[in-house]
Amino acid sequence: MLTAVLLFLPLAAALLLLFTKGAATRTLALGASLLEFGLAVYAAFAFKTTGSASFNLNYHWIPSAGINFHIGLDGLSLLLVLLTTFLVPLILLSAFKHNYDNSSSFYALVLFMQTGLLGVFVSLDAFLFYFFWEVALIPIYFLAGAWGGERRVAVTLKFFLYTVVGSLLMLAGFVYLYLQTGPAAGSLAQHSSELSAFYNLKLSASEQSWLFWLIFAAFAVKMPIFPFHTWQPDTYTEAPAPATMLLAGIMLKMGIYGTLRWLLPVVPLGVSQWQKPVIILAVIGVIYGAIIAIRQRDMKRLIAYSSLSHVGLMAAGVFSLTQIGLQGAVIQMLAHGVNVVGMFFVADAIERRTGTRFIPDLGGLTRRTPILSVCFLVMLLSTVALPLTGGFVGEFLLLAGVYQYNAWVGAIAGLTIIFSAVYLLRMFQRVMLGPDSSFSETITDLTGGELLILAPLMVLVFWLGLFPGLFLSLSEPAVTNILGLVGR
Amino acid sequence: MTSIILLSVFGILNLFLGFLRSNKVLLPGAMLLLLAVFGANYADWNVVHAPYFNNMLVVDNYTVAFTGIVLLTTILLLPFSRSYVVSGETNLAEYYALLLFSLVGAIMMVGYDHLLMLFVGIEILSICMYVLAGSNKRDSRSNEAALKYFLMGAFATGILLFGVALLYGATGTFALSRLAAAVANPANATLQPMLYIGILMMIIGIGFKVSAAPFHFWTPDVYEGTPTFFTAFMSTVVKTAGFAAFLKLLAVALPAAQGFWMPTIQAMCALTLLLGNVGAAAQTNTKRMLAYSSVSHAGYLLIGLVASKGMLTGDAASGIFFYSLAYSIATVAAFGVLKLVAEHRQDDSYAGLNGLGKTNPLLAFTMTVAMLSLAGIPLTGGFFGKFFLLAAAVGQGYIGLVVFAVVMSMVGLYYYLRPIIAMYMQPAPADATPVPVDGIQTVTLIVLALLTIILGIAPGFLSGIL
Repeated sequence: MLTAVLLFLPLAAALLLLFTKGAATRTLALGASLLEFGLAVYAAFAFKTTGSASFNLNYHWIPSAGINFHIGLDGLSLLLVLLTTFLVPLILLSAFKHNYDNSSSFYALVLFMQTGLLGVFVSLDAFLFYFFWEVALIPIYFLAGAWGGERRVAVTLKFFLYTVVGSLLMLAGFVYLYLQTGPAAGSLAQHSSELSAFYNLKLSASEQSWLFWLIFAAFAVKMPIFPFHTWQPDTYTEAPAPATMLLAGIMLKMGIYGTLRWLLPVVPLGVSQWQKPVIILAVIGVIYGAIIAIRQRDMKRLIAYSSLSHVGLMAAGVFSLTQIGLQGAVIQMLAHGVNVVGMFFVADAIERRTGTRFIPDLGGLTRRTPILSVCFLVMLLSTVALPLTGGFVGEFLLLAGVYQYNAWVGAIAGLTIIFSAVYLLRMFQRVMLGPDSSFSETITDLTGGELLILAPLMVLVFWLGLFPGLFLSLSEPAVTNILGLVGR
Repeated sequence: MTSIILLSVFGILNLFLGFLRSNKVLLPGAMLLLLAVFGANYADWNVVHAPYFNNMLVVDNYTVAFTGIVLLTTILLLPFSRSYVVSGETNLAEYYALLLFSLVGAIMMVGYDHLLMLFVGIEILSICMYVLAGSNKRDSRSNEAALKYFLMGAFATGILLFGVALLYGATGTFALSRLAAAVANPANATLQPMLYIGILMMIIGIGFKVSAAPFHFWTPDVYEGTPTFFTAFMSTVVKTAGFAAFLKLLAVALPAAQGFWMPTIQAMCALTLLLGNVGAAAQTNTKRMLAYSSVSHAGYLLIGLVASKGMLTGDAASGIFFYSLAYSIATVAAFGVLKLVAEHRQDDSYAGLNGLGKTNPLLAFTMTVAMLSLAGIPLTGGFFGKFFLLAAAVGQGYIGLVVFAVVMSMVGLYYYLRPIIAMYMQPAPADATPVPVDGIQTVTLIVLALLTIILGIAPGFLSGIL
């Protein structure tokens, strides 16, 4: 029941929002998202760490087809639910800094999106998973398309088509798997789309080989993995800042999570067959994203490519199929979510003050903005994976996993830390330090409200960096469970 | 059966109500009458009736289900007729009466058990539609549409009738069940060429009516010229009844000739999907896009015919029912919004929808839901319609056809997004004023959007009912 409340509270709030105006809108949106976070924290305390899901809810959804509304939380889901519910209030707060037209629709779409995202993380039925997977896409399409930058129409259309084509392929894969299942106990339907039914399938290696790509297509586009990434930099750049944060901070994790839950254990033979090409693609993405990031002069675009580079490493860690690599991916999902939201927020804060995010136009901002500089630097160093920060723990574990798979690949992937230091510190140097620009004297420092957004992010950066054990212990049984299924 | 009688009586009654010349009475009156018919129809659900008219008409769950769709569609469509009165149209009562009469034809097409009944049903429906297509008498495009529709339609009916005659020649009967036995009888093998030509001609005739390629070419022109209100009726009620008739013909009368019609239908299906989707993608006019889109949806429904494998119950038949329902609701919503906007702004291109999200949030929202449903995006009924149909086809092993349909639905995404882009992502014209929408239209728009979403969230209560 708790899971259902978690899932539908944002949706209910979103519907209510449409009937409110002015200050009430902000209060309601923020209040609902904070309540939601409180519920998620409560769920975390009430949670008993086991390999299987707790807080299960299972209803017949389409009885004649054996499709159930089955949701539940295991350690992995719980961490992502915590991440989502933690980030959404902050993203809403950052949206308050802008005076968007039709703001009640904007906030309603953000909350609607939250329901979609949470649905993806808690679904235990394949078609329910697909359902929420697409539900998450609709609001972000409108957020990016209606409130985005100049080239928004073409860019969001490309984004929409890419992701929908990917998900349709996944759906085709699911339908095939579904038709292979037998009836569930106590059901009139001939087939079942339960996750457990998929886990119990015995498929030949050749079937799994092509099923792998059908299902992986959706995840590869969403993460995105090189060469399915071409929608990503444009969309991140054109979308309004809060939508970019949703995309990079949470939506990207749908791809990693989907791979962990719906790909590795479902078609293990396909995974072992394609492990090598996928890791190579992922590592190419790591290097490619980093090299392009060095050349960027738009802060948002630079962060977008940096995100592309980092997600490549997460994918490589997942496909190393080692305990340490998977655990690294889990921690890095959290750390990256926090980092990238922080980075985009800082970029947005600078753009709101100066009216530009073009790096050559900026410079020497730090004198007037000591607090902003410190926050920026913390987020940046965590993204670079400096020890003590969350990014370090995640990347270290990921690299250890990839290294276990293959030392050479691990070494090449390790270049990411050097590269990201290069492009991020260069950006910092040119924007905050360097010769004065026309804004150096006039720019104002972070306000208390803005600090309120960055402070929780920074707390989490250090928490993840200093005491990752709490998070790792939550996800460990789930990860062990997944690896056990992969090795079956 | 009650629904046919009620509709005929109400149709005549409506003609007499015409002297009032006031839509204030006529519209609610017609809606109430239809609601009564809908209730009478629903009362027949799960009730076993003896066949009527010497076994020419049966009322079973199949009939009730599809009759329900056409009645519901018409009820939801009626509120959008309103502006005809405003613009000084005087023959409103006659149009309502013709609509009611055409519904009688549609129900006969759904419930027939005898080829003559099918023919009579198609003719009743078609003749009403010929008149209604030309109802905008002073508009040359409406006249052109009516003439085109009439010539093509008459031609198609002729071919259909020829097919019926040949079938009779080959089997000696019009009754579906006896036809099935005669077709299955190996003693009739020598008559096969006649039988096959007859089947082919019937497929062509019905293919015309449901605008399946390659017999769809009249659709864009006729849809564009016909007053939008009747276009909506054409692309929902006529198509739904046509497919119900089509499925019944293939499933009840001709299962034994599957070896012949299956490849034919498959080829039509692939061609319809291709021409419909590619044609729609090339349009810049919303109405023409919807016309091609209705062709493409005939393609998806044809997949249901293929997957039915000659069965009137089961996954495929239920899928066709669900698909027709979701499609009809979304299409009524799309045409309804388009009609209101195009009449106000005098522009039915995509650009005519620009900035509607700002000026009329409700219209834009309903249109968006309709477009997403037609595109088959989850959260809407259209998704489950496609899902049930395609899953049934995969279950029968038609993987190639399904893959093709999925590829085509990706093309569909492109053109269904264009009205959405226009409404939310393009600025409204500088002089744009909100489109006037009256109370009953507002309620209907909300109901249409809600129904689509309910079908997309909780399809369980209507899936697998046949």
